[in-house]
Amino acid sequence: MREELTAAIADIREDDALELARTMVDRGGDPREVLEACREGMSLVGQRYEEKEYFLPELIVAGDMLRSIAELVKPRLQGEDGEASTLGTIVIGTVEGDIHDVGKDIVAFMLDSNNFEVIDLGVDVPASRFVEEISARSPEIVAMSGFLTLAFDQMRSTVAAIDEAGLRDRVKIMIGGAPMDETVTEYIGADAYGSDASAAVTLARNWVEGGER
Amino acid sequence: MTELAGTAPTTAEDLYQERVQRILDCVALKEPDRVPIMGPYELFPYQFAGVSFKDAMNDYAIAREACHTFLDAFQPDADFGPILAYPAKAMAMLDVKWFRWPGHGLADNTMYQFIEGEYMTADEYDEFLYDPSHFMLGKWLPRSFGSLEGLAGWPPARLMMWFGWTGLLAGMADPGVQQALRNALEAGEELGRWFGSIGQYAQEIRAKGYPQAFAAFSWAPFDIVGDTLRGTRGILSDIVRRPDRVLAAASKAVQLCVEYASGAAGADLPLCWIWLHKGSEGFISDAQFRKFYWPSLLEAIEGMVEKGVIPVVYCEGDDTSRLPYFTQVPEKSVIFHMAVMDMRKAKELLGDVAAISGNVPNRLLLTGTPDDVRDYCKGLIDTCGEGGGYIMDTSALLDEARVENVRAMFDVTREYGVYR
Repeated sequence: MREELTAAIADIREDDALELARTMVDRGGDPREVLEACREGMSLVGQRYEEKEYFLPELIVAGDMLRSIAELVKPRLQGEDGEASTLGTIVIGTVEGDIHDVGKDIVAFMLDSNNFEVIDLGVDVPASRFVEEISARSPEIVAMSGFLTLAFDQMRSTVAAIDEAGLRDRVKIMIGGAPMDETVTEYIGADAYGSDASAAVTLARNWVEGGER
Repeated sequence: MTELAGTAPTTAEDLYQERVQRILDCVALKEPDRVPIMGPYELFPYQFAGVSFKDAMNDYAIAREACHTFLDAFQPDADFGPILAYPAKAMAMLDVKWFRWPGHGLADNTMYQFIEGEYMTADEYDEFLYDPSHFMLGKWLPRSFGSLEGLAGWPPARLMMWFGWTGLLAGMADPGVQQALRNALEAGEELGRWFGSIGQYAQEIRAKGYPQAFAAFSWAPFDIVGDTLRGTRGILSDIVRRPDRVLAAASKAVQLCVEYASGAAGADLPLCWIWLHKGSEGFISDAQFRKFYWPSLLEAIEGMVEKGVIPVVYCEGDDTSRLPYFTQVPEKSVIFHMAVMDMRKAKELLGDVAAISGNVPNRLLLTGTPDDVRDYCKGLIDTCGEGGGYIMDTSALLDEARVENVRAMFDVTREYGVYR
């Protein structure tokens, strides 16, 4: 049944996936096994997204499936250590003045399902908030999102604020959003940009696995 | 920044005709005298004129004045004017839920932004399909505007027949409906002033020799359902969960899309700008585009052309892989605006079918130098200008930019873009 659940998630068969997870939980199965099946399924979803077989519709529904199943399983997990080891911690947010969240949410979701701990600060995030979170949570990576050209200068001053706080050497900074490219990355003083959620995952993986800091 | 010596006509009327013709020649894929330049600019004209966007959205005279300053300095071939400085007073009166603007949740010089949401729920497709007008009146308006919440209680006008009107009009006795109507009256008067200002500006620039760059606005049928009804998450997940409803709604929205555009028919420059959002690469697959996005859009484009409207299909994302579909539109009748695009490929595939425009990256205009901009624009003219059919424009609606870079874009078009 675990394999069936993995397959249902990977194939975006929402009703089947929820039904299988419910059955597994109702039969007193190990909730961690349900979550493991989800992780495997999501990994396949991510793979198919990277291979351009899946696009945003599949990612959005996969995210919903995962949330629903997590809700089902949560009561059974109480008292147990549900924490899985992560590849690293990423602080993500859309910079101040910009309230676009669709792209940022997709990237956060993809990073999360690729085993990163994602601290999502939401939208319209001031530079000071990024600095605070970096101090408090010591992430390896900071991801800034922006859709408008106003985000360029805001990202630039956010990087400057991180620098002034003496934290720049501790984090890798990636940017994302429709207008971003190499010249903008340089202008802002970030380390790299990602053109889509797969690129963000690849960047993050390379950074943490390469041990580059 | 003057018209080239020897080609400058004498009267404003001559200039007006010349500018209109320049763009119409492009659409007809005939070689004009030079590459035209026009575009939808949002924040930039106000930034250039030194007024805050908040003031421009609140004071129509300030907005008109700023747009004149921009127009005189840059002399585009067609002008948008103050229409994109949306009417802040009326929006505040109506308490618009899905928008934030300077002075209303955003700083004074920040571009307004749209807030995603589900203003039609997943189970309301059939209600929308049955009677879009009543759905908009009874559900969408009350959800979108805090001050129109009372309209939710108003009976549908379709039930007015024989003595049904008694029920409809009795509905007006409802205190909620009454309050909503009072609010609507007040906002309506303010909107009248705003549209009056837009009309006044159009007359003023006509007297200076400039045509208006728009005669109507519309949206791809899929985006009509996706943008302000279901939202991005809603419409994209509906592709998976209820594909037949999405198709039915997009098909219904074809009529709406053409209706939005039909007011452009008969204008000297009958351009209807269709903003494309959720069909771009990265959003949906080629198969999903082919099934859910393109057929209804093509039908709408054909419907517009049939009415004598010129659709300006404004691609806001990367649409390079969609080019083979774009070749199916009626020949010499459409402009495709390209934000992110392999322009060589676009010219190759669309060169004999439709005019193309755009592709000067907004980030270049903000972070590059005038030389960078000149080089990029020359490249575009070389790649896309041959034989006509190319209009110089930015990639996306222009907000922040360096003035000298925007000037470089205009200058190089006027100098290097001349057909000899």
